[in-house]
Amino acid sequence: MEAAKPSSYLLYILPSAIGFVGIIIIPFILNIAASFTQWRGVGIPKFIGLANYARLLKDELVWEGFYHSLIFILSMAVIPTILGLILAALLFDYVAARFGKTTASFFRAGFYLPQILPLAVAGVLWGWIFSPIGVLNTTLKAWGLDFLARNWLGDPGTAMLCVMFVMVWLQLGYSLVIFMSGLARVDPALYEAAELDGATWFERFRYITVHMLKPELFVVGLTTTIAALNVFAPVFVLTKGGPNNATTVPSLLAYYHFFTTNRVGYGATITTMQTALTMLLAYVFVRLQSRDQ
Amino acid sequence: MGKKNHSDAGMHRINLSAWLVVGLLGASVLVTLYPFWLAATNAVKSPADYGANGPIALPQSFDLSGLLRFWHNVDFTLKLFNSALISGAVAAIAVLLSLLSAYAIGIGRIKGSRTVLFIVTMGMMVPQESLVYPLYYIMKSVGLFDTRTSVIIIFAVLQSAYGTYLLSAVLSTFPRELLEAAEIDGASRFEVLVHVVTPLLRPTLMVLATFFFIWTWNEFLLPLVLLISNDNQTVSVAMGTLNTQYTSDPTTTAAASLLGLAPTVLFFLIFQRTLTRGIAVGAVK
Repeated sequence: MEAAKPSSYLLYILPSAIGFVGIIIIPFILNIAASFTQWRGVGIPKFIGLANYARLLKDELVWEGFYHSLIFILSMAVIPTILGLILAALLFDYVAARFGKTTASFFRAGFYLPQILPLAVAGVLWGWIFSPIGVLNTTLKAWGLDFLARNWLGDPGTAMLCVMFVMVWLQLGYSLVIFMSGLARVDPALYEAAELDGATWFERFRYITVHMLKPELFVVGLTTTIAALNVFAPVFVLTKGGPNNATTVPSLLAYYHFFTTNRVGYGATITTMQTALTMLLAYVFVRLQSRDQ
Repeated sequence: MGKKNHSDAGMHRINLSAWLVVGLLGASVLVTLYPFWLAATNAVKSPADYGANGPIALPQSFDLSGLLRFWHNVDFTLKLFNSALISGAVAAIAVLLSLLSAYAIGIGRIKGSRTVLFIVTMGMMVPQESLVYPLYYIMKSVGLFDTRTSVIIIFAVLQSAYGTYLLSAVLSTFPRELLEAAEIDGASRFEVLVHVVTPLLRPTLMVLATFFFIWTWNEFLLPLVLLISNDNQTVSVAMGTLNTQYTSDPTTTAAASLLGLAPTVLFFLIFQRTLTRGIAVGAVK
């Protein structure tokens, strides 16, 4: 019976299909097409072949932006994943076992809270803390530590470190929550058996926690690395890429070319590179995962 | 090894090192939450109080004028309304789109389901940066630029990619007996969807709607580009584009931060269980 009228199910997928084509596929193709043109957003785009890509390879600012992407991968993916893993293990097999599940849930909620803030609001909040007349400097001066006070986000030497700190603060809750719900699959008896056999906490962490959480590690690693590669809002709000491009990232450069200099073709080239790197990363992660299984 | 005879409680004694670990974790949580506390306490200080006692002292005054002035100047009521309207509409439409397409893929098993799912997954990965200019241009061409409708349409589609991916996986394991029983009773496909599938999926749909709402509420780049007039802007965009008039005065910045974070903290308190447990739904499949 079902096979007799397969076409009617197509009706159900039609609205999504139209939306998907109009909002994702067509814009995606247009963006790639624009990267081969010189275009200021009005009139007919002029085809210039690979000239934008040649220019991109020589654009020091773009290289700097992608170099900063690596720092963002460190502060949005690597550090929060490692910290989140350790925290999840501590909360699951140490705190919950001794102080009860409620205590562990309370800690989890506390670490998670920054994750739900709009990035723009987090930017305003931390911008105020780090501002020359902000919380940090006022407090340092009140404690007689004037020599430590500085324009945290305005000094190329400290701006990136401050942004990194904010990113870790924001991202930690994400990995922690995913790891903790992954650990819910693990039978606590496994830990108890290992403990009875004399395994230390670190051994249990390495051989049970990390091993059991492999699927979650792949997902968290992939999603946070992609987010880091395409980070925009916190940088836009905290530093606008400054001072002197010390914190600029590819998304910010693309935004600048799209909407300030109106070099739309070049902006599209930067975002096409971002997309290519994102897809490559996704491919590598998925391959690693399937090889692992 | 001799421990084997100990009871469960004895195995996990709360000794000094256990207190030390919990103390350290507690301190870390307090540090994590401290910025929230700073925003809340300084938002209600009078400028004189802030000037005299600094940002970390407890408020000696209770002065809501900074909050009220900021609320009035940025027309925060309207920003809240815009955010709620956009996020609410996106959540509803995206859940509906996800349900319909997942019904076709997971239950209907239409031809090329795997290919469709592959394309949807790729679509989820496309960075918004690479869509932003074409969407800006298209919305301008069709006369939807600087309308809340444009943002609603875009995010409903973007979020439904995730929803389709998740619900298709859930529906592919849907009990076939239920579908067959309904078919024998003469139910049409639409009736099966409404009366059999949807009621059973309800908890998952609620989780999805919650996430769509909050994700949309927090979105920044596309609303920043597409909503340029004050009357259409969301809370997130208004916060990200505060001018120095607000950010140069400490108590006003604290007030702005507090107003910006208050709605999401409220959502968090309401949906805490969903958010901290449900996030992994489908994250790992």
